[in-house]
This record gives sequence, C-alpha cells and structure tokens, in this order.
Amino acid sequence: MTNMTVGDKPKISPFYDPKVRGLFFQVLMLALVALGVFIAYRNAVEGLRRQGVVSSLGFWDSVAGFPISFKLIPFTELSTYGTAFWVGLINTLFVSAIGIVLATILGFIIGVARLSTNWLVSKLAYWYVQIIRNIPLLIQLILIADILQHLPNTNELKENSLGIYLSNKGLFTPQPDFLGGSQYIFYALLAGLALFIAVYYWAKDRQTKTGQQTPLLPIFLGLVFGLPLVAFFATGMPVQMQYPVKTRFGFQGDATLQLEFVAALVGLVVYTAAFIAEVVRAGIISVSKGQTEAAGALGLSPSQSLKLVIVPQAMRVILPPLTNQYLNLTKNSTLASVIAFPELVQVFTGTVLNQTNQAIPIMGVTMLVYLTISLITSFLMNNFNKRMALRER
Amino acid sequence: MTMTAPLNSPQVSYVRTASAEALPPPTKTSGAAAWIRDNLFSSVGNTLLTLIGIALAYVVLSAIIPFMFTNATFTGANRDACIATANRPVIGACWAYVATYMNYFVYGSYPIDQRWRVDILYAMFVFGATWMLWLDAPKRGLGALFFFVILPVSAFFLLHGLPAIGLETVTTERWGGMLVTFIVAIVGIVVSLPFGILLALGRRSNLPIVKMFCVLFIEFVRGVPLITVLFAANFMLPLFLPPEWNPDRLLRALVAVALFSSAYMAEVVRAGLQALPKGQYEGADAMGLSYWQGMRLIILPQALKATLPNIVNSNVALFKDTTLVSTVGIFDFVTALQASFKNPEWATSVTSTTGLLFAASFYFVCCFGMSKYANFIEKRLAKADKR
Repeated sequence: MTNMTVGDKPKISPFYDPKVRGLFFQVLMLALVALGVFIAYRNAVEGLRRQGVVSSLGFWDSVAGFPISFKLIPFTELSTYGTAFWVGLINTLFVSAIGIVLATILGFIIGVARLSTNWLVSKLAYWYVQIIRNIPLLIQLILIADILQHLPNTNELKENSLGIYLSNKGLFTPQPDFLGGSQYIFYALLAGLALFIAVYYWAKDRQTKTGQQTPLLPIFLGLVFGLPLVAFFATGMPVQMQYPVKTRFGFQGDATLQLEFVAALVGLVVYTAAFIAEVVRAGIISVSKGQTEAAGALGLSPSQSLKLVIVPQAMRVILPPLTNQYLNLTKNSTLASVIAFPELVQVFTGTVLNQTNQAIPIMGVTMLVYLTISLITSFLMNNFNKRMALRER
Repeated sequence: MTMTAPLNSPQVSYVRTASAEALPPPTKTSGAAAWIRDNLFSSVGNTLLTLIGIALAYVVLSAIIPFMFTNATFTGANRDACIATANRPVIGACWAYVATYMNYFVYGSYPIDQRWRVDILYAMFVFGATWMLWLDAPKRGLGALFFFVILPVSAFFLLHGLPAIGLETVTTERWGGMLVTFIVAIVGIVVSLPFGILLALGRRSNLPIVKMFCVLFIEFVRGVPLITVLFAANFMLPLFLPPEWNPDRLLRALVAVALFSSAYMAEVVRAGLQALPKGQYEGADAMGLSYWQGMRLIILPQALKATLPNIVNSNVALFKDTTLVSTVGIFDFVTALQASFKNPEWATSVTSTTGLLFAASFYFVCCFGMSKYANFIEKRLAKADKR
C-alpha cells in the first residue's frame, strides 16, 4: 500500500471488488429463483399426479353445458368451453370499452366542475370525488345491484305507450327490426362518416391556408344523421320498432339492457369517473395562468381558449395517468363477477374452473389475457406520449 | 390647451354650475348577499349551473336523507320493526339490524368468551398506529419497531392462541368480520413496505439480473387484476408448496395481498427515489458509505419522507382492495355482511340496502380519514420545503 505509484490499479481483495460481488449476488439470486421454481414445479407435478389430474387445455373443445345470460356472440349450453372463454373475454372488453367512453365524459365534466368558479358546482364535484373514491368499488357494485333489484317486478309494471319499462330484470325498450333494404341506411351512415372526415381535413387545410373557419357541427349533423335519414325514407322506411310484449310471466324476449350489465357499467363508470376527475383537475391546474390570460389577450373567447390553448397543453399531463385509469377500469371489471355479470373471471375462472378443475391452465390463460391488454395499452400510450411530448430545445 | 377660457364665456359649451346628485352606493362587495351573487349568480350561465346543482343535490339528498334518517328504524328486536305496515307505509334503513349484528361484524365467529383478545389487539393497533402517524411523537423509531415487528408477532399469538400460556387455540376459520379485514390490510401494509423498498431498489440496481427479476415481478403483478392473483394463490399455492405445509385459506389470501401490494408500493417508493437529486447518491458515495449504508442513512430517509403522502394513499387503495378477499371465501367484513342478509329473522326489503350503506360508511370513514391525513402531511412537507 505504501509504495503504490500513480496509475497502478489498487490491489483489492476479490471479496471487496464490486464486480465480483455483483456477479456473486446475481448468480446467487438466479440459483435461488431457479431452485424455488424447480421445487414448485416438482410439488405441482407430484400433487397433480396424486389427484389424478392431467393439467392441459384439452377441455377447450368439450361441451360446456351451462348457459350465459349476457352474450354478444352465440352461446348455448351445447357450446364449448373455448366459446365460453370468448364470450367472457368479449363481455369484459365490451363493458370496459363502453365504461371507458362514459367515464371519460363524466370524469371530464366533474374535473372541470371542480375548478368552476360556481361555489355550489365545485363543492358538489368535490364531494362526489371524495365519497366515491373512498368507498370500495366492490361495495358500490353490490349496492347498485341491490338498488336495481328493488325496482318493480316485470308483472307489476303498467303498460305505457312509449314501450319503455325499467324493471328488476333490466331495461326493456322497443327494439328495431331491420327488414330488407335497411342495409342502405347502414351504407349511408358509412358514406356520411367518410365524407365528414374528408370535409374535416379540407376545413383544417383551409383554416391553415386562409384563416377561414368552417362551421363543422351542422355539416357533421347533416352528413352523419341526415344522410341515413334520407336513405331511411328513400328505401321506404324498412325499419320497424318491436314493442316489448307483456305476458303473464313478464316480457317476451331479452331485455335491451340486462340488470347485471347496467349495474356493472354504472358502478365502473361512477367509480372511475371520480379518479379521472382528479386527473383532469391536476392537468388543468398544471397549465399556468399566463396561458389563459394570453389567450384572452389574443381575443379568444373562454370556450375557445379552453379548446385551443388550455386543453391541448393539459392533455400532456393528463394522458399518462388517464391511460392508467383506463387500465384500472379494465382490471376492475373483474369485480363485476361478484354481481353475476358474466365477464372473463366469472365465466372462465369461476364456472369453467369449477367444472374442469384445471386451475393451472385456466389461471395462466386468464392472467395472460389481462397482461396482454396491459402491455398493449402501455405500449400504445408510450408511443403516443413520445409524439405528444414537449420538444425541448 | 394652454389657454383656459373663463367661465360663462360663450366658448365653453357646457359647465355644470350646481353639484351633481350623489350616485347610489355601489352594490355590496362583502357580506352574504354579495358572496351569493359572486359565487352563485354572477352571470346567466352561472345561475343556470347553480339551478342545475340545486336540482341534483335535491334529487340525491331527498332520496338518501329520508331513507337513512327520518324514515329509519333505530330500535327493534327482529324484522317486525322494519316491515312496512298500514300506518307506516314507507320504511327507511333498518339500523336496528345493524346494531344487532354489530358484534358479528366486528368479531365474526370468534368465540365470545375469547373476544377480549381481539379487543387487546385493537387497542394495541390504535396505540401503534397513533405512534406512527403522529409526526411529533417521541421515539418514533421505537414506534416503527412496535408497529412492524412486535404488533404482528403478538397479534398472531394473541389471535391464534398459545396453549403454553393458557391462550386456547382459535383456528382461522373462526376469525371473521372487520377483524379479518384489518388483518389483511395490516399484513398488506406491514409486508409491502420493506418488500416494496427492496423491489424499488432492485429495479434501480446496476445488476442486470436483479433488475430484470424486479421489473418482471412488478410489471407482472401490476398488469393483472387482484382477483386473479387471489384466485391463483388460492388454487395454485397448495400445489406449489410441499403438501405437508398445506397453507390455510386465510394465509393464501394474505400471501396474494402481500405480493400485490408490494408491487404497487415498489412503484411508489421508486417515484420517491427518482425525485432525489443525483447529488445525494454521489454524496453518499463520496462519504465512503457502502451501498446499504448510503441507502439506509442518506437516500431512503429523504425518499420515503418525500413520498409519504403517496404511501398513505397506496395504503388507502390497499384497504379498499381488502374487500376482494371475500371472493375467495375469506370471512371478512363483506362476507359477514352478506351472511347476515340470509338470516330470516331480519329478512326485510331494506336489510341488504341498510347493511351495504353501513359498510359504505365504515369504509368511507376509514379511507377518508387516511386520505385527509395524507393531505395533511403533504401540506406540512410543502411548508418545510418552502423555508
């Protein structure tokens, strides 16, 4: 130590060498994890052998033999377990997608309301957020389902001319019956949408070039609603409304909106909206006050400044936590299984698992589904974030 | 204009000769009326909003208040007290049922003559929690030792029993109600903090294999819903562990909740670590502190302090999530509640709604209190940073 020259590497014992230590701990960790996995694997194989269970997805094509009340693809008691999986997955995605749209709308309204100068409105929004965020979603879902079950029974309801009935079996409304020729209405709707997108880009181009604004709302209404309406009359009104028919045992056919679906959707939307409101509020107050004042100085109206100046900047702050809330909503949709809404967990890890006793493959597939949804969403959002991020020079 | 024309000269078109009448005083800018005008009716749009707000508040409150208070039944021995009769057509919440079931909600099926053990535990918990949450309390290090080590160990022996000192064994099947809810929450909190810190440090480690395992664990657990973690632990843990261990149902749920909350806590701690300036890490190295010394003495005290509000909020989320253990057959408060609905002695049309409203209020009081506490710390920290 005493006669060390400059530039010489100090001799250190390998015990204190950070590289050697790091390598040692990593190898140790790897070995421990491998040992744990090995022991777990051996126990599982042994346990399954003792129970006489062969772990596989072989049940996938067997007949399920149970009904599912809410389904978007055909499913009968003769369908397979594989079909049951798809019914559950589609229900999960369906309730999540609608929930996300509605929760975003409600969340933005409440988030903006919390910042309102109107004392009553901001206080109401504040208490909405506090109450909803501090009660577990499970309790809220069960409570909503409970309240809906207290609605009148179908055979207690009096018939009315509108044909809309809210009962403890769900919401019954007149349902459209599409006759021949109604496909033209659908084509008209598609054409209207396509035309509107074209007009939208033309108007945007026109504004950047000339500064002239185009009133887009009437054009939107005309193309997306007017065009199908014209087609409706031109083809001789091929859509008829089927009113719910009352029999001695309630109404014929399925409800337009089933009770479990309404309860699950309302619960998820109300709960997530409270969180989205907080995200939106944080995003809007992150935009400095000078921006609002500058927008005012440029002569923009309050609604214009909100639309053109505040929200685009707030979106940068809002988007990452907002995506998180969307993922939370999708993951929270599993709680709807408790109120018997047949989403993936209720159908697959509930009924199918009980019938087949194939815990490992079923849990594996279910977790993989949610993991895939999470990873795809974060991947898309990261890309989007990179595009949106402030370019710092 | 340097030249001024004399008064009454024809060049001056108009000159007031008498003083003008006094203007009316400006509308009040203070007081209740002015406040109402400014905050509720400042413009047409604002007035409209106020009216909508009043209508909304009326609709909600007129449904809740009569049900919960004015029409409610507060005393009674059985369901007859809460059934609509001819002279009482509208009935509200049946609080008599909640009062009857209170002990069941708090203790579950814990043997009645042994419930004092649970009471002692509740007292110990309140004592430990106060010591930890009161920021100016003396010897908070000792408090942490009490809360994170002594309390869990004594809780186990107190609840489960230790025949050697005369505490008879009470199996976990008999634990229930809020007791189990609190056990799940506390195990989640007590386990998640150290594990979360280790995972967060691992995620920021320079060792690639350590980092990889931590990232994989955190992202996997955060990517799946808690219900699936609970199901997986419930069905698969007995398979993976040696058959002679045979973990009981509560333990499986506790493992699942602990793993789940650790992953979330890891991200909270990581946010705190990332917020520290790099100089702190370099300073610790320059002092010649080892990695663990530096973490223990320099980095973690600052990082955990900065992220304390988030830790509390994460615990609020965990407390709400404990309700999910009811889905794997654990006898927590929610399960106790649902079991009480089935008793024909109290079967009325309002029993379930009353019970659920009671549960909602219970969780609200606990969670709202905790989040208010988080707000308080946040403000206090902001004040400290301002100096």
